Amino acid sequence: MTVTVVSSPTREVRIGFDEPFCIIGERINPTGRKMLAEEMRNGDYSRVESDTLAQVAAGAHMLDVNAGIPLADEPKILAECVQLIQSLTDVPLSIDSSIVAALESGLSVYQGKPLVNSVTGEEERLESVLPLVKKYGAAVVAISNDETGISEDPDIRFSIAKKIVERAEDHGITRADIIVDPLVMPIGAINTAGRQVMHIVKRLREELQVNTTCGASNVSFGLPNRHGLNAAFLAMTIGAGLTSAITNPLHPEMMQAALGADVMMGHDPHCRRWVQKYRDPQAVNGAARAGRRSGRRRAVR
Amino acid sequence: MEDNTPDQTEEELDLSTLADEELVEQMHDDLYDGLKEEIEEGTNILLGRGWEAGKVLDQALVEGMRIVGIDFRDGILFVPEVLMSANAMKGGMAILRPLLAETGAQSIGKVVIGTVKGDIHDIGKNLVAMMLEGAGFEVINIGINNGVENYLEAIEEHKPDIIGMSALLTTTMPYMKVVIDTLIEQGMRKDFIVLVGGAPLNEEFAQAIGADAYCRDASVAVETAQQLVLERRGQAALA
Repeated sequence: MTVTVVSSPTREVRIGFDEPFCIIGERINPTGRKMLAEEMRNGDYSRVESDTLAQVAAGAHMLDVNAGIPLADEPKILAECVQLIQSLTDVPLSIDSSIVAALESGLSVYQGKPLVNSVTGEEERLESVLPLVKKYGAAVVAISNDETGISEDPDIRFSIAKKIVERAEDHGITRADIIVDPLVMPIGAINTAGRQVMHIVKRLREELQVNTTCGASNVSFGLPNRHGLNAAFLAMTIGAGLTSAITNPLHPEMMQAALGADVMMGHDPHCRRWVQKYRDPQAVNGAARAGRRSGRRRAVR
Repeated sequence: MEDNTPDQTEEELDLSTLADEELVEQMHDDLYDGLKEEIEEGTNILLGRGWEAGKVLDQALVEGMRIVGIDFRDGILFVPEVLMSANAMKGGMAILRPLLAETGAQSIGKVVIGTVKGDIHDIGKNLVAMMLEGAGFEVINIGINNGVENYLEAIEEHKPDIIGMSALLTTTMPYMKVVIDTLIEQGMRKDFIVLVGGAPLNEEFAQAIGADAYCRDASVAVETAQQLVLERRGQAALA
């Protein structure tokens, strides 16, 4: 059974077919966030700090950290953010950059075993990112495109993922340390985008036995009520075998979809986490056993 | 609850029975609703009544898409709807284009658009291309991973008004400057409007590399393209 383990010095997160779904918080990313980009460029990480705490409070299991700001010193900013975030929380991080030097800079200061986001099937990326992943003993997100682009044929995307997995093994990286991103297209432009992802996820799971992740909110680009659509997509792809997603945990619809899917997949035994999360607080206050909620008493040893 | 039952009194509309003005208004509605066959039919009817191709284009199609553009910008229409509108517009344009070429009428504008070298991201750029076509531009989409030589080749062959460049990565967007610098070296930067876009870009970056404008999304790209082409032609007329 494939399990990807990532960690901080004090916490381990397991991603796998029989594990609860892993939510990787996407907020720490200046792309499309003008204020955040401006602040990060000037070394003001107050919003990074508040985004960290808010996402962890909302239930994120991991956080993605991206410092992709045009014309800025991305390696330096990424390393500073990684250090700051690790001082604030113990959830493991995903170090996210398209610049190899920035990935290395983030990896070099990280404590524990992070996720590297990402490598693609492009030759030059494979040979620059995979050695880094190996050197730092990290896990890696493998995006299923190559020099020829993002194919609309899901089986071509699958074969690119397969190529990356095989190349990673050549570099001494096991399948358990590879999480494939099948690439999510906007369904408003490509009507089969949802089915494509479900098809690839199923093949990845059955034929390559690898974990999967995706940027779930891409699917709803250009449509109204995006959270509703994202939630439907997430629940369905979890049903198809998706094991993690990079998404926004601050949207209750997403957390609800993920937690609900865990229940449906049998990954939340006795529905405990669901009940704990959604038990009516009013009813709890008026409960018959009020005052006895501190848990079972144990004999003092 | 909204009432979604069809209006029983509504009858199949025969476009040929409408007076010109009503027909044009109906075509605006049909563009809005993305009805390609109806747009083709309306275009043919107006031509059959002796309308100049340019007049059909301006009054029926471009005006209809202008309304679509406004409602897209304002969040009333959404991407799949606008793509259907653009597709309907394309149906009308396919009929008008050969006629426009015959009369030598000035086209709305020609765009060469592509994703820059090292970058394989396609979708956003394609949306922009479809929206530009929908607004009546002739679009030459040169795809992904384009080195400067591809842009130069397409420029040579198609003589566009606008060069559009897209990048989705912080690592690939600096290549836009390579293309612009090459245009400057070859003394033809001023011959074209250069528009850039893509998730990691911003205004400052576009300015720093010497582009004419940064386009945040597809509807901004269309508005900017229209505006800058008009400005350029205005200046050319004054010169």
